[in-house]
Formats: sequence, structure tokens, C-alpha cells
Amino acid sequence: MAGHFEATPGGGAAVALDEVEISILRSLAVQLLELIGPGDQPADGEDPLAALFAEGPSKPPTDPALARLFPDAYGGPGGPEGSTGAVKPGEEEELRERSAEFRRFTEMDLRSGKRDDALAVVRTLDALSPVADGGAVLTLTGDECLSWLRSLNDLRLTIGTRLEVSDEDQGEEGSLYRLPDTDPRKPMVMAYLWLGALQESLVETLMP
Amino acid sequence: MGQVSVATPLEIERPDSAEETFAVPEPDVPWVTLVHNDPVNLMSYVTYVFQAYFGYPKDKAHKLMLDVHQKGRAVVSSGSREEMERDVQAMHGYGLWATLTQDRN
Repeated sequence: MAGHFEATPGGGAAVALDEVEISILRSLAVQLLELIGPGDQPADGEDPLAALFAEGPSKPPTDPALARLFPDAYGGPGGPEGSTGAVKPGEEEELRERSAEFRRFTEMDLRSGKRDDALAVVRTLDALSPVADGGAVLTLTGDECLSWLRSLNDLRLTIGTRLEVSDEDQGEEGSLYRLPDTDPRKPMVMAYLWLGALQESLVETLMP
Repeated sequence: MGQVSVATPLEIERPDSAEETFAVPEPDVPWVTLVHNDPVNLMSYVTYVFQAYFGYPKDKAHKLMLDVHQKGRAVVSSGSREEMERDVQAMHGYGLWATLTQDRN
């Protein structure tokens, strides 16, 4: 079981993690929480009801990783050129406006969902009772599996964006996966690949 | 036994045909949700999402995933604009790169 998830009776999954793996996963999940940002709880003295009616942002995040986690809903990759059909004059502006409107009404919910998933990762890791060598078996319920699955994906999207992973990096010839040990990106690439293997094994346990 | 009351049918006023021409109906063009290829998402995960969220059988989900991977994008659902916005939001929740567009093709 070491290193990959296995299905458990009742729709959950379990994986044996060593001390270093637990610490890396927790640290990455906390960094993801910091990236996504605080919840929309009202600050001291603010009307709690106001938060319920607050609108989200209308512009895409400037951070590339956040922009990947919360992409525009209209237009497609590379702007309106990526959408189907020819883009008529004025259509670009219309797509931008529609994306902005969609963002205002969805981004806060999306952020809160991703935050909940990352919090579930931290919570389940903190609930572990490590044995003598610091390792432990992480056992997840079905719901926790889904949170882990989405959060592992969010982490890989974030790290992948930072590393500027591209399709050319795939396969044996992938330059990113053949970095010399001295390359400062190497530890991040190792983490990225490890998270991918972990996620892959978790997907397999959940496949209907 | 009381009498059964029968609702009197109302006379429906038909609009003049001349008036009808003023109403320009929105063209009934469906909207579609597109999922775009990206170099990070696992093929197995994308297939899983199509099965779990849309309830597609494994074969269909797998084929859509291959279309995304090989052709750069695939139409994964179609319907009203509101429905497609819901699907796009769900895809973003899963970390898939999705957009909606009106299916003019």
C-alpha cells in the first residue's frame, strides 16, 4: 500500500504515508489555502449579512496559478480566438463582459469549495496518529476521498503552472523530467510527479 | 349532489399577424460546454469527472477525454445558457478548463 491509495470497504480509500510525505502534503495544502485566500467571513464590526450578498471579482486573477484555478467561462484558451467559430467585431468585448458577470456570481463559491477541500486535506492529516517512525496510514471516507481528489488536482494545477508544464514535457523526452539534480526546480518537479502518482491511484479506487 | 361547475373557456385574443412580425424571437441556438486540453490534468481524472458529474458511461467518458486530449477540446454537454453556466462552474470546481459558447456550427 505504500505510496498509493487502495480502496477500502465502504467506498473509502487508504494510503500509508511516511513522516516526510505527511509533512510535504500538509505544507502544500496550507500553501494552497494561502493562495486561494481567506474565506468571506465578515471582519469585526461588519454586517454578517453583507457577506451573503457580496459579489465576487469581475476580473481574472493576475496570479497565473489562480487564473488557471478560476479561468474565464467565455472565450476559451488564448482569448476569444479559442472559441468556436469566427469572432466578430465587438464579440471580444461581449465575451469579456459575460466572463466578468459569471465570475462575479461564481468565483466566491468556487474559492470556498477549493478552500473546503484543502482544509479537509489538512484536517485528515492532522488527525493521523503516527507510529514510532513518524509514518501513518491515512484512511479516508468516501467524501474525504473526493476532497482529496480535487485538492490534489488543484495542487498539481498550481505547481504545474509555476513550473510552466507543457505538453512537450510529457513522455520520455520531457525536458522538465530530466533536470539535473542541481536545478532549483528539481524538488518541485519531484513533488509534482509524486502528487500525480498519488492522485492517479486515488482515481483508480473511485472509478465507477 | 352539488352541481359540477364548468369553467367557461375564455376567448383567446389572437394577435394580428401584422403585430407578430414585430416580435423577433431569439434564435433557438443551443449552448455547449467545452472542455479544453491542458498539460496537467490526468487522463484518468478527466474521464472520472465526466462519469461522476455527467453520469456518462465509461466508454463515452473515455472517448470525450481522448477528444479533449487529441483534438484540444470536446463538447461535453449542451442545453440552455443557464444550464451550461452550471456545468462550466462544476468543471472549474473539478479543476477542468471549461468554457461555454453558443453552438453556431
